[in-house]
Amino acid sequence: MNVLSLNNVTKRFGGLTAVDNVSFHIEQGEIFGLIGPNGAGKTTIFNLITAIYSITEGEIYFNDKKLQRKKPYEIANMGVTRTFQNIRLFKKLTAYENVLTACHKSADYNIFSSIMRIGKFKLQERYLKNKTDGLLKLMGLWDYKDIVASNLPYGLQRKLEIARALALDPKLLLLDEPAAGMNPEETIQLMELIKEIRNKFDLTVLIIEHHMDLIMGVCDRIFVLNFGIPLALGTPKEIQENKKVIEAYLGKEEKTYAED
Amino acid sequence: MSWDYVSGILILSGINLMTVLGLSLLTGFTGLFSFGHAGFMAIGAYMASSMTMKYGIPFFIALLIGGVSAMLVSLVIGKLTLNLKGDYFCIATLGFGEATRLILDNVQYFGGARGLSSIPTQGTTTLFNVIIINIVAVFVLVSIIRSRHGRNMVAIREEELAAQTIGIDVFKYKMMALAISALYAGISGGLLAHYLGYIQPIMFKMVKSTELTIIVIFGGLGSVSGSVIGTILLTFLPEILRSFYNWRLVIYGAAVILIMITRPQGLMGGKEFSIKSIIKSAKKFINFVRQRIGNKKEEVKS
Repeated sequence: MNVLSLNNVTKRFGGLTAVDNVSFHIEQGEIFGLIGPNGAGKTTIFNLITAIYSITEGEIYFNDKKLQRKKPYEIANMGVTRTFQNIRLFKKLTAYENVLTACHKSADYNIFSSIMRIGKFKLQERYLKNKTDGLLKLMGLWDYKDIVASNLPYGLQRKLEIARALALDPKLLLLDEPAAGMNPEETIQLMELIKEIRNKFDLTVLIIEHHMDLIMGVCDRIFVLNFGIPLALGTPKEIQENKKVIEAYLGKEEKTYAED
Repeated sequence: MSWDYVSGILILSGINLMTVLGLSLLTGFTGLFSFGHAGFMAIGAYMASSMTMKYGIPFFIALLIGGVSAMLVSLVIGKLTLNLKGDYFCIATLGFGEATRLILDNVQYFGGARGLSSIPTQGTTTLFNVIIINIVAVFVLVSIIRSRHGRNMVAIREEELAAQTIGIDVFKYKMMALAISALYAGISGGLLAHYLGYIQPIMFKMVKSTELTIIVIFGGLGSVSGSVIGTILLTFLPEILRSFYNWRLVIYGAAVILIMITRPQGLMGGKEFSIKSIIKSAKKFINFVRQRIGNKKEEVKS
């Protein structure tokens, strides 16, 4: 079954076509990579899926439900959540508070029971706290729970963003360069972690990444984009051997130099 | 200083505190700046006093009616303006505050520019009542802040886009914060009317709104105890300075600027005042003194 389908999606900013006629389908449980040189329109696709931008042409379906004309929070409530390329944590809050805030959908007590402190309030607050504890432990952030988010090292901030996204119990997780700023060792750990959370939460994952080790190691299928135009779709092995992709990343061979 | 004088200033502090608490939720916790809350105070003041004067409704119910009518107006204003990004909301509230004052200036039913007078003051806004209302107000506010609703508001202040992507209905929570702050401001206006015994539109000028927002920033954004301390300090300060009449506002302004420069995060800087934190800082201080003494002893020995 397709979890996410993009049908001929186009996005124009005035005269600039950022995403041009892109179509792909992501299956349940897949880890799907989205790669391309800088400015290829990868993040724009994320912003289109999460309704931060509106689509110029085409359709996006999530579990056969159309995502157009929805607000970003409605899409989050349907089970699509994301992380950001330029980290957007709640900077002045601690790691614990960041995740606890995001757990809010697991409780439904109203404002009056929060004033009176009766009914569901205590039970649900305890549940939220347990859930937060679990997520922080899973992501290896338990030792840093009382540290203010902006003071955390870069790699941990990225992990915290993933933990915050998982707090929503998403069905589809969009990761925008999760390994940026990590060393090779941390990248490998992250790769394992992504696989682990996929299995544990029964997730479908869509990743944008520039670390080819991570992309090739973790993805089931990869979609390549160049200047907003779809270039190739296939397994990591197929993509590595694809001439068009090599050309986009490394440029064409210049034969004229050989004559000198 | 007679007790009457001191209790009078305490009542005024309490009245200001009511509005400042609401504003603290809106500005300090949700991150929306308002320069029109004197307008909500005016609505509350006029509604509550016409209820007690013209219809003989009991004081507390009249207060509540004043507060709720300010809240209803805020819902309309919020619906129109909360979709505006950034500073535009601030400008819209400024316009609302001034518009409310000018409308009241021209409505003869509410006495026009002369306002309403001979509002019952006996047994209405007493120090006891003000303190009780403020305690309830603080309790309600802290309960909201320490629930998922309060956390969602803080999330909006910190990072609006991220708040949306974790499923927070930003518009709804901004409305909620605005409505609660307007309710508080309306009740505060009712209290003011029944303390002074008269009200005039000129009392609810933009200067009043600005003063209230200054108090919130002075006390520290995101701190309820900061708001309480800030309100009491900034209500007492002009009164203490009454003897240097001409220089009063200069010193007041200088004090505010001094705090802004030395503590840009406000008096409390987002932290809350609690017994735990007092014990913690006391321990720190004792350790500090011990180390100092220890160092001096070593110096003497060497």
